[in-house]
Amino acid sequence: MHRIILSAIFTMAILISGFAFQGHDHNHDHHDHDHGHDNKATHQPDKHNSHKENTHDSHAQGGHANACGVSIDHDAPFNPGTSAFHHISDQNIYSIGPWSFPLPCMFYEHGNGLKMFSSGKFNTDAHGTGSNAYDGFVLFEGLARRINDASFPKGLVNLDKNSVFSEKIIVKGKNREKVKVCYNGKLWDADDRSTLDGGMLGGGKTSFTDFSITKNVLTMILMLLFGFFLFRKVSNAYVAREGMAPSGLQGFIEPIFIFIQDEVCKPFLGNKWERYQPFIMSLFFFILFLNLFGQIPFFGGSNVTGALSVTLVLALFTALVVNFSGNKHYWEHIFWMPGVPAWVKVILTPVEMMGVIIKPLTLMLRLFGNITAGHMVISIFIGLIFVFGKSGQNVPASIGAAVGSTVLSMFMMAIELVVAFIQAFVFSILTASYIGAAIEEPHH
Amino acid sequence: MTGTLAAIGAGLAVLGAGIGIGNIGSKAMEAIARQPEAVGDIRSNMILMAALIEGAALIAIILSFFG
Repeated sequence: MHRIILSAIFTMAILISGFAFQGHDHNHDHHDHDHGHDNKATHQPDKHNSHKENTHDSHAQGGHANACGVSIDHDAPFNPGTSAFHHISDQNIYSIGPWSFPLPCMFYEHGNGLKMFSSGKFNTDAHGTGSNAYDGFVLFEGLARRINDASFPKGLVNLDKNSVFSEKIIVKGKNREKVKVCYNGKLWDADDRSTLDGGMLGGGKTSFTDFSITKNVLTMILMLLFGFFLFRKVSNAYVAREGMAPSGLQGFIEPIFIFIQDEVCKPFLGNKWERYQPFIMSLFFFILFLNLFGQIPFFGGSNVTGALSVTLVLALFTALVVNFSGNKHYWEHIFWMPGVPAWVKVILTPVEMMGVIIKPLTLMLRLFGNITAGHMVISIFIGLIFVFGKSGQNVPASIGAAVGSTVLSMFMMAIELVVAFIQAFVFSILTASYIGAAIEEPHH
Repeated sequence: MTGTLAAIGAGLAVLGAGIGIGNIGSKAMEAIARQPEAVGDIRSNMILMAALIEGAALIAIILSFFG
C-alpha cells in the first residue's frame, strides 16, 4: 500500500515539473537594471571587493565605452532592489560559490526548429553575462536572449568586452530595460523577456519558445530524484522491518508524514481521505524540499517555489483536482445557492464563480510571495554591504556592514526555515480544505 | 510617482493583514490558555486563517507591483 502511495506521489511530482518547464519566461518583469555594480549574492564579499576596485581603476583610465561608442556607466549607484530581483530570477547557468556551470539550452525557434547547445558556449563571466553569441543568442545576466534579426551571423561569434548591455528606456511612462548587443560597430536589439500576460499588458514576449533546462528546472529534477530515492528507501524499510519500530530515515520521515495525515488529510477530507492523500503528500513534500533547497547559501540559490510559473502550475493542479472531484452540491452552491432569497442568489452566483478562480490564484500568490520575499530580504541584507561600503570604495564601512548583515541574514534564514515548512503546510492544508469543501456531503 | 503610490498601497495592505493576523494570534493564545488540551486543533486552524488573510494581502501587494 505504501509503495503505491509513494509511487503516486512522485509520478504526480514529475508531471508537475514537466509542466513547469518555462521557468524564466514568466518571471514578472523588472526594470531599470543598473549594469555595473551588480553583486552576486552567492559570491564571497572579498572577491567582489577586488572586482569593484578593478572596474573602478579601469574606469579612471578613460571610461567603459564599447565599440559602438556606448559608454557603460559602472559608477551608477548600487541599487539593492534590482540586484535582489536579478538574483532571485531563473538563469541558464548554475552557480555554486564563485563558479558557474553551464546548463543545456533548448530553444524552439518558430520556423527554424529546435536548437540545443550548452550555455557554456556563451563563455560566461562573473556577472553571468556571456562574451560570445551563439546562433543569434546571447547571455545577459544569466539569461539567454535572442537577437531577433536574421542578418545576425549564426554559429559562434566572439563579442568584445561590454558588448552585451542593457539600456533604460521609458515606454508609456514606465521604466523598461532593453538589452542591446554591439557587434561589427552596429547595435542589435535582443528580445525582451516574456511576462505572464504574454506581452498583452505592455510586457515583453520572446520570439522563441524556451524548453531549456534552467537552474530552476535542474533543481526540480534534483529534488524529484532526491525525494524518489528517499521515499523508496523509507518504503522499503516498512517492508523489511515489518512489525518493528521505525529506525533511521524511516524514523525521521514517519512523524512528518503522520503529522500531515492527521492534521491535514483526515480532518478535512472526511471518509475519502485515502483517495486524496497521495496528492496532498506530493504537494507537501515537493514544496518542502524545494523551499529548503532554496535556502542553502552559495549553492545556486534556486528560487523555484518563488517562481510564478511553478506556483501557477501547482495551483492549477489543485484547481483541477478540486473541480473534477466536486460533487453536485459543490456546483449547486456555486451556481444556485440553496436556502437564500432569489435576489441574494443573483449577487452570490458571480461572487462564488469568482471564488473558483481566486482560490487557486491566492494559493499561487501566497507561496510565490512568501518565498520570494524571504529570498529578497536576504539579498537586500547582503546588498547593504555594498550600499554602506559605497561599492568597495569605503572598506571599513563595508566590513562593519558585512558583520551586521551576516547577523541579520542568519536571523532571516532561521525564520525562512520555519516559513519553508509553514508554507508547504499551508499549501497542503488549503488544498485539502478546498477539496474537502468540494466533496462534502450535504447535511441540511 | 506611480512607485510611491504603489508603495503606499502595499503598506496599507500589510497594515490590514497585520491587524487581522494579530487578532487571530491573540484570540488563539487566549483559546489555548483556556483549553490547553485543544492546542493542536487551535494551532492548525490559526495557521489556516492566517493564510487566508495573508492571501488577500499578497494579492494587494503583488497588484501594487504591477500597477
